[in-house]
Amino acid sequence: MPANLSARLYSLLLSLFLIAFALPAFAGPFEDAVAKFANDDYSDTEEAIGVVASSGNPLAFPIISALQDGRLMADPDSKKVYVTGADGKSIDAATGQPVASVPDSASAVRLNNRLRRSVDAAVGGLTLMSPDVTTRIQAAQSVFKSHEESALDAVNTALAKETNKTAKAALGDARAAIILFKPDATEVEKLEAVATIKAHGDQEALAMLTGMGDQPASVTKAAASAIASIQSSLALWSTVQNAWYGLSLGSVLLLAAIGLAITFGVMGVINMAHGEMVMIGAYTTFVVQEVIRTRYPGLFDYSLLIAAPLAFLVAGALGVVIERSIIRFLYGRPLETLLATWGLSLVLQQAVRTMFGPTNREVGNPSWMSGAFELGQITITYNRLWILVFTLAVFAILLAMLRYTALGLEMRAVTQNRRMAASMGIATSRVDALTFGLGSGIAGIAGVALSQIDNVSPNLGQSYIIDSFMVVVFGGVGNLWGTLVGAFTLGIANKFLEPVAGAVLGKIAILVLIILFIQKRPRGLFALKGRAVEA
Amino acid sequence: MTPHMLTRSLDRGATIFLAVVAACGILIPLSNLLLPAGSFLQVPTYLVALWGKYVCYAILALSIDLIWGYCGILSLGHGAFFALGGYAMGMYLMRQIGSRGVYGNPILPDFMVFLNYSKLPWYWYGFDMFWFAALMVLIVPGLLAFCFGWLAFRSRVTGVYLSIITQAMTYALLLAFFRNDFGFGGNNGLTDFKDILGFNVQAEGTRAALFALSCLALIASFLICRAVVSSKLGKVLIAIRDAESRSRFLGYRVESYKLFVFTLSACMAGVAGALYVPQVGIINPSEFAPGNSIEAVIWVAVGGRGTLVGAALGAVVVNYAKTSFTSGMLAPYWLFMLGALFILVTLLLPKGIVGTFNAWWDQSKEKRTAETAASAAAEDGVTEPKMAE
Amino acid sequence: MNVMDTRATSAMLYLDGVHVSFDGFHAINNLSLTLEPGEMRAIIGPNGAGKTTMMDIITGKTKPDEGTVLFDGVTDLTRLDETRIAELGIGRKFQKPTVFESQTVQDNLLLALNVDHSVKGTLFWRGSRAESEQIDKVLETIRLTDARNRLAGSLSHGQKQWLEIGMLLAQDPKLLLVDEPVAGMTDVETHLTAELLKEINKTHTVMVVEHDMTFVRELGVKVTCLHEGTVLAEGTIDQVSSNERVIEVYLGR
Repeated sequence: MPANLSARLYSLLLSLFLIAFALPAFAGPFEDAVAKFANDDYSDTEEAIGVVASSGNPLAFPIISALQDGRLMADPDSKKVYVTGADGKSIDAATGQPVASVPDSASAVRLNNRLRRSVDAAVGGLTLMSPDVTTRIQAAQSVFKSHEESALDAVNTALAKETNKTAKAALGDARAAIILFKPDATEVEKLEAVATIKAHGDQEALAMLTGMGDQPASVTKAAASAIASIQSSLALWSTVQNAWYGLSLGSVLLLAAIGLAITFGVMGVINMAHGEMVMIGAYTTFVVQEVIRTRYPGLFDYSLLIAAPLAFLVAGALGVVIERSIIRFLYGRPLETLLATWGLSLVLQQAVRTMFGPTNREVGNPSWMSGAFELGQITITYNRLWILVFTLAVFAILLAMLRYTALGLEMRAVTQNRRMAASMGIATSRVDALTFGLGSGIAGIAGVALSQIDNVSPNLGQSYIIDSFMVVVFGGVGNLWGTLVGAFTLGIANKFLEPVAGAVLGKIAILVLIILFIQKRPRGLFALKGRAVEA
Repeated sequence: MTPHMLTRSLDRGATIFLAVVAACGILIPLSNLLLPAGSFLQVPTYLVALWGKYVCYAILALSIDLIWGYCGILSLGHGAFFALGGYAMGMYLMRQIGSRGVYGNPILPDFMVFLNYSKLPWYWYGFDMFWFAALMVLIVPGLLAFCFGWLAFRSRVTGVYLSIITQAMTYALLLAFFRNDFGFGGNNGLTDFKDILGFNVQAEGTRAALFALSCLALIASFLICRAVVSSKLGKVLIAIRDAESRSRFLGYRVESYKLFVFTLSACMAGVAGALYVPQVGIINPSEFAPGNSIEAVIWVAVGGRGTLVGAALGAVVVNYAKTSFTSGMLAPYWLFMLGALFILVTLLLPKGIVGTFNAWWDQSKEKRTAETAASAAAEDGVTEPKMAE
Repeated sequence: MNVMDTRATSAMLYLDGVHVSFDGFHAINNLSLTLEPGEMRAIIGPNGAGKTTMMDIITGKTKPDEGTVLFDGVTDLTRLDETRIAELGIGRKFQKPTVFESQTVQDNLLLALNVDHSVKGTLFWRGSRAESEQIDKVLETIRLTDARNRLAGSLSHGQKQWLEIGMLLAQDPKLLLVDEPVAGMTDVETHLTAELLKEINKTHTVMVVEHDMTFVRELGVKVTCLHEGTVLAEGTIDQVSSNERVIEVYLGR
């Protein structure tokens, strides 16, 4: 989004430049004002800004924005002023004619903080009339921030013309901000302004109201109540924000743990290579995107839709191979399984490192997963939102699969009573292999999603394995709902602890809390009870 | 008859083990110090340090075998106790640097000056005294193990659950020690040590002495472990390992036993870490990495768990292999080999080297006895040799 | 009844109104049962009748949802854990023979001996003459003297059953809970086991759970039949086996 916007601004600047070139220059107060930039005197510069900004001259915007960026060069000897473009080409600021080179004696026009504010306001004023609505809103917002009195007329003019609702609101806010700081505004006007800013209701509004200086008593009082109301609404929004981050983290945790909930939770197999299945899913995405990039660039937006089933198959098949070649010999020896699968994880990591190199590989976001939208005071990125949706979908499909398909029924039968299931004619070893394959396949799918928000490197899986185990253990082994609740609880708890304790300490605190929790409820949140648990 | 033979063969194994360690502890330092450099029999200093590291790993392996081999507690966080012991020693060594650091601050270690500490954090007090640091080497890991174990064993967290939360424990410590404001040097850890008890840590004599001391510690640890496992308490531990709830119904307070042996083991791991640090010259948070702890478990599995000698042997063998491979052209394949080792040992050699050897030895001995008995019986004209029930 | 009495009952074991449910399944339902000191009682009942769960409750492995469980008239067992209950003098033999397989027969008995079971006590333990004599005596009783140095894991199924009974003897509890002692035994072994239990009963209170009716008949003691976690019938083996409800439960309706 920001990249997009700056591109637009840039094109706007460019068109303004073109207009500037096209129109003939005419002598007058504008030229005199421009020459004042060369005096290297702050008050002259201020005057010049005022005249140029209100001149209506098409060169005004290039000049003021050049001044803002330190690209306005003034030659004190010839009193000539030049605008150097971002491309290195220069024009004469007074005439708009291109010049071959700026003389060496010229230097950038200097600004101080006070001037910088009026420059910001001037830029705001100049762009308030832009044909592009985004630019107008941006301009209004910058005026709101600078609340420079000189921009008031421009704002009023713009406000009268404005038709776009958002832009109008932004201009209203800007006007209120100016009036609030305008010494000679009436009390009524100021009270109105406070009300408008209160409605604006964000961090900036808060800063503005707290820093507005001496005001009539009634205004101060209104501001105090506005501050309180903004603060409480901000607190609410920050809670919402944390909750959203927590949900987002929870969905990632759930995604990583859900396959483990099958292999560890349902089968009781400790698969320390689970994280590597996630990693393999992520690398599958990478390979799919590589192929698309080189052969079928048009399909890029569908890359994840292609990668997801493929990752399921690759990781799932690998899971079946692992179960048949290693795990099945270790049933009933959980500690040995743990060691063997850890060894396996080392092998898989090293294999991927050998094939794809030890560094991060680039996995792109398809367009529908890029960008963000605003919801009240919080920003929601599309990739996080999609991952949450995707995770819940995977969860629902898995739940339905366990409940309604023959394999699901057989899986539950084998887990509950292996011998009985075998004597009922269920091929338990086939079910074992498929169950493990299913868990691994889901880990692979998780990798597709995680490739969108994390670095795709051979160590990808390592960072999730401990968290995933914590989720499953916390939620209660053998219960998918427990995993769901566990993942979101841990995610949200983590994000609410983070602002208080910091990211690392928050994570440590969560680990410690889980360790303490397991002491209290060794079988997790949703524990199975009874004799069946004993094994 | 079998168990007697078992004890005897174990005793012989123990004797050989102790003799080898003692011989190494005496001969290697002597050869390093007395023989001229470059002579065929002279052990170069870098090898003394390297083997010293192996000996420390062997102590760590013993401590893991004590709980895993004899009590069935698979800790995936023993590296944490090792590292804590190491940090305690590292803190002493840091304080010994005094004003010889880069910033020349007589009290604050370099990293604290760099991070704008105004004074020494309270938990660094006392570490300028060797006896205090030495005490902390035992107390810090021991206390952590005691608290952790008290919580875990009392609520009957067993098996893989315990393994996973021990792993989480070392992971949490890893994250904590990585932090600069934790006061242990953050990412870089503690290093640039100058001297220990007034001797230069880099000096050949100090290195040789540290090596001899490590061997001595290995011998002591081994004897302690052996005393524990051959006492009646050892039998209770095995009983808990094989049938935990049965032991409870006999009136044994299982959690007390586990707590005792877990804490003892953590203290041993701490000692190993403390001896390790001056020999390698650095301790940093990566020692807390969960992978390290699991790797230590595989040493025990390779050597043979529940044999003590095997654990120490496994630590030396695997680490020797690691050094040889990672320094050669096979380096990229080392992780493949280590991974394969995990898989193959658990699948094909569940008893480990020493365990398999013991089983083979007993079997062949039994066979020989049976053959002698059979031939003797045949000579006596008795047709029916004594059969097993 | 009034639990406030210092000695509420003269019974060795007193269960009243005990309930346990696992996830909605009522394993034990209003179970009431008393066992007098010196008594031997046989418990029978179909699979899932709650026999093993009842033993779990008495030995502290499972906590009842409600109900009273008193030992020796005074001790509330529902508040104690397995170790404490074992220390009080309740020994248990499991349905599946559970001995310490990787240790010798002799060591199994040594571990069972009713001596100091603390960490310190075992760490600094030195064998005494009295202890080894007691072990010899038990070995004789369970006919395993010749096998004393063999690993328990190498014993036959019947021998393991006996070793476990021997461990109970070495433990010398006031109350023995014996779960299916003759499962998998030959007829001869079954007979010998019945003799052994009768011998043990001379000095101990015993509760035996068993399916084998011949064996129960041979014991010749009072029988309690459990069904769906509650007492269905109680009396001599003939009374119980002629009880219509018992027949219905065993033969199906």
